[in-house]
Amino acid sequence: MSANRAIDLKKTAIDWLGITPFLLFAVMFLIAPTLYLVTGAFLNPAGEFTFENIGGLFTDKILASYWISIKISLASSIGGALIGFWLAWAVVLGGLPSWIRSSLLTFSGVASNFAGVPLAFAFLATLGRTGLVTMLLRDWFGINLYASGFNLLSFIGLTLTYMYFQIPLMVLIITPALDGLKKEWREAAEILGATNTQYWTKVALPILFPSILGTTLLLFANAFGAIATAYSLTGSTFNIVPIQLYAQIRGDVLHNPNLGYALALGMIVITGISNLIYIWLRMRAERWQK
Amino acid sequence: MKTQKIGAWLAIFFGASYFIVPLIATFEFSLRMRRGEYSFDAYRSVFSDVQFRESFSYSIVMAILTIIFGVLLVVPTAYWVRLRLPQMRPVVEFITLMPLVIPAIVIVFGYLRIYNSSSYIPFTGSARGTDALLMFSFMTLSLPYMYRSVDTAMRTIDVGTLTEAAQSLGASWPTIMFKCIFPNVMSGVLSGAFITFAIVIGEFTMPSLLNRPAFGPYLQLIGANRAYEPPALAVIAFAITWGCMVLLQLVSRFSKSAPSKP
Repeated sequence: MSANRAIDLKKTAIDWLGITPFLLFAVMFLIAPTLYLVTGAFLNPAGEFTFENIGGLFTDKILASYWISIKISLASSIGGALIGFWLAWAVVLGGLPSWIRSSLLTFSGVASNFAGVPLAFAFLATLGRTGLVTMLLRDWFGINLYASGFNLLSFIGLTLTYMYFQIPLMVLIITPALDGLKKEWREAAEILGATNTQYWTKVALPILFPSILGTTLLLFANAFGAIATAYSLTGSTFNIVPIQLYAQIRGDVLHNPNLGYALALGMIVITGISNLIYIWLRMRAERWQK
Repeated sequence: MKTQKIGAWLAIFFGASYFIVPLIATFEFSLRMRRGEYSFDAYRSVFSDVQFRESFSYSIVMAILTIIFGVLLVVPTAYWVRLRLPQMRPVVEFITLMPLVIPAIVIVFGYLRIYNSSSYIPFTGSARGTDALLMFSFMTLSLPYMYRSVDTAMRTIDVGTLTEAAQSLGASWPTIMFKCIFPNVMSGVLSGAFITFAIVIGEFTMPSLLNRPAFGPYLQLIGANRAYEPPALAVIAFAITWGCMVLLQLVSRFSKSAPSKP
């Protein structure tokens, strides 16, 4: 009896030993660093518990940077989701030749990973002051972009740039969902006398809604945490939260390390909430994809 | 039906122009270095830059190390979870998704606080230590993609039967791992490796904050100081990403299951 128990115990121990390296890695490089910042956000420099740092976030400068970050992330995620959905719809249900579908998907795989510093360069070469599109618009159509108030280093410019990786990501995630729309559903709707609009508003969109909303949230979090593109486009002049945090890590510009932790905590909360809702929505969406 | 097709073509036309115009513009800009005519001077200038070669090879070495260590961490874990600890699957999967939830800049901020030179594990106390920490940070970044593609590949094989067969033939654990499991999930490993490569080569935040001479910070530096080299570098970076993704597609086409995006 006890020999059996000992063998069982040994087996359980070996079982757990197998994933120890992974758990150790996770604790050291994911969980501990995050927990350190999260707890640091609730401590003052003397190590006592406080809400002061959280309160410190509600100053004009920091609120403004959160607000501009949220605006850019929202605009680029909603824009990316709409256009991405349109493109995915075109290749899945638009009756286009199949090579278009495969090229769009291949290209999306590349473009969704083409972010960071090189993307900033590409857009500077396109819509910067001497970029190709800026010059062509001026020479061919007599439109002076920059005189009309456009600036690449602004909300609209950054949103346009972010959409370069947001749209492809939407295409990649939503195409399988559109593929999952069964032909029988449309046929059933048509037999029952539904019009095309009715089919979309009463059948297809409600089924797709969790996927669409979920992916939009994923895009939102994706844009919210991104820094490299914005940083190399605008330097440190454009105060989105990641750039503010970057400056804080480099040189404690807030003059309070614990306020820096609170800034990081704010980012985790925002990306965390949108990701959790995304995961929850995706689980709901998968019910229809069996 | 007709309007639908027009709408579809319109979408493709719109999308194609949005995606292709910046690429053309970047390429065109990169050729403008010599006044009045197109030339490849910017590329020549980039390739002859010692810093370019140093930072690029540094990032390649880091990418290869990240892939090796990442695979050695992920494959045995995914295997073991499937074989012995299925109840831990949700936990492990949740952990592998964490890097998508927590922004990279926050993670590296944490590293700088708990692994600084006056801490118990002073990774950043020496250059080699910082390199190691950077590699671990890259492993963290690529963990969601690596785990997912390996786990997808593992779903198509029956690890339990394979393991029992190997054991009854007298194979040791290392033999089972490297001669039996690895070859069977190779497609997943390769998919994960190509994504990891693409991520590591261009990554800016982590090497920049850890002060290591990687390709990402080099790109940023050139962008701030030069005019024609940045678009040339962007073309090169795009070509690298393209190469990685084409290889990835080839690999997944030859295997039964395609790697899925999280």
